[in-house]
Amino acid sequence: MSDIEQIPVTVTVNGKKVQRFVEPRTLLIHFLREELNLTGPHIGCETSHCGACTVEMNGMSVKSCTMFAAQANGAELTTIEGMANPDGTLSALQEGFRQMHGLQCGFCTPGMITRAHTLLKENPNPTEEEIRMGIAGNLCRCTGYQNIVKAIQYAAEKLNQPETQEAAE
Amino acid sequence: MIPGEFTYHRPSSVAEAVAILVSHGDEARPLSGGHSLIPMMKLRMAAPEHLVDLGGIADLKGISEDGGTITIRAMTTQHELIGSDLLAEKLPIIKETSLLIADPQIRYVGTLGGNVANGDPGNDMPALMQCLNASYVLTGPDGDREVAARDFYEAAYFTALAPEEILTAVKIPTPPAGHGYAYEKLKRKVGDYATAAAAVLLTMNGGSVASASVALTNVADTPLYAADASNILTGSTLDDATVASAVAAAEAITDPASDGRGPAEYRTKMAGIMMQRALARAADRARS
Repeated sequence: MSDIEQIPVTVTVNGKKVQRFVEPRTLLIHFLREELNLTGPHIGCETSHCGACTVEMNGMSVKSCTMFAAQANGAELTTIEGMANPDGTLSALQEGFRQMHGLQCGFCTPGMITRAHTLLKENPNPTEEEIRMGIAGNLCRCTGYQNIVKAIQYAAEKLNQPETQEAAE
Repeated sequence: MIPGEFTYHRPSSVAEAVAILVSHGDEARPLSGGHSLIPMMKLRMAAPEHLVDLGGIADLKGISEDGGTITIRAMTTQHELIGSDLLAEKLPIIKETSLLIADPQIRYVGTLGGNVANGDPGNDMPALMQCLNASYVLTGPDGDREVAARDFYEAAYFTALAPEEILTAVKIPTPPAGHGYAYEKLKRKVGDYATAAAAVLLTMNGGSVASASVALTNVADTPLYAADASNILTGSTLDDATVASAVAAAEAITDPASDGRGPAEYRTKMAGIMMQRALARAADRARS
């Protein structure tokens, strides 16, 4: 056992405040998956290239494999587990990925959707190029990205229709 | 990949952070955005016993201008640089360069201070800072000192920064309104380091170059300020012969490694091409 003191980390994840005591070297992805049992964010490359571990932290998309849990202390986090609408129905992005076949094996999907969620908050009307550059930190080895871009366009269009705007978050 | 054990410190002031560095010497490392240090720690190529997270120091954030100098505090992220109205107006080359660094997720977290202090020759900001003739504010137990970006880099990962110092701000002389600028980066894919890249800043007077500054990324152990090339361009009309001789002078100071990005000769040539392209775009943008 380590003689290094465990430190408290308090975060609000998907609207719920939680605290755990962890070793300082605990990475945020391990904190989410192993301490909080949120296994939606995936461990892909572990080198901050693939984006499968992407979560939203204080309104920013971050790669949770390249951040210590301690750095997220006090933060608001959203993972793929917090993406669905409050009534349990699929969010516009989740629906878009299903309708437009935005996934095949699905490994990159939690990171893709979480990243796209933040992208659309910052830029509700992205061009195709802005979408492609916006998800440039997320790798997909199945789809060739075409249908992922279409899925995000589907969501943007749906969120921009006035009657669904209140369901945007 | 799990980093080695360390004691975590989260100081709330620069003075407190410096005091921690002083008491632990080179067993301590400051942590800014962490996108260089944490991967190194995961590979166990870095194993600091004390990690000093600068993320809680509010005083290390922000961009301001005063008396012809733009000051960017060290923990300002690439994302914040991209979103800054002040920089978009006065120093648009910063946004142009920031958008070529890594990917969106990393730009939310990666900081200017970390990028320039780390001494990684692959980083883009060091050459840009040399091009802009920036200086770095290094804060240690005896207070602040300033070191010019052009004097800061000694070898790969070796810089003028002492173990008990923190790079707290970058100061950039505001270039004249109407200056021309461009950063050209050749890379294999989004997120890659440059095969070669060049930063150019130009001011024009009538049809001739009033001042020119050229710097190169990732074609030597350190970023390179191309002093000879800059001098050759100054006073010229950017005629083909002058540009060719300036490009040759810049290529002559490169000393790239042969690696996955290409053989050394190729990377030297690409540095010349990037410089030529940056020069052409900067000249287009410059107002006389």
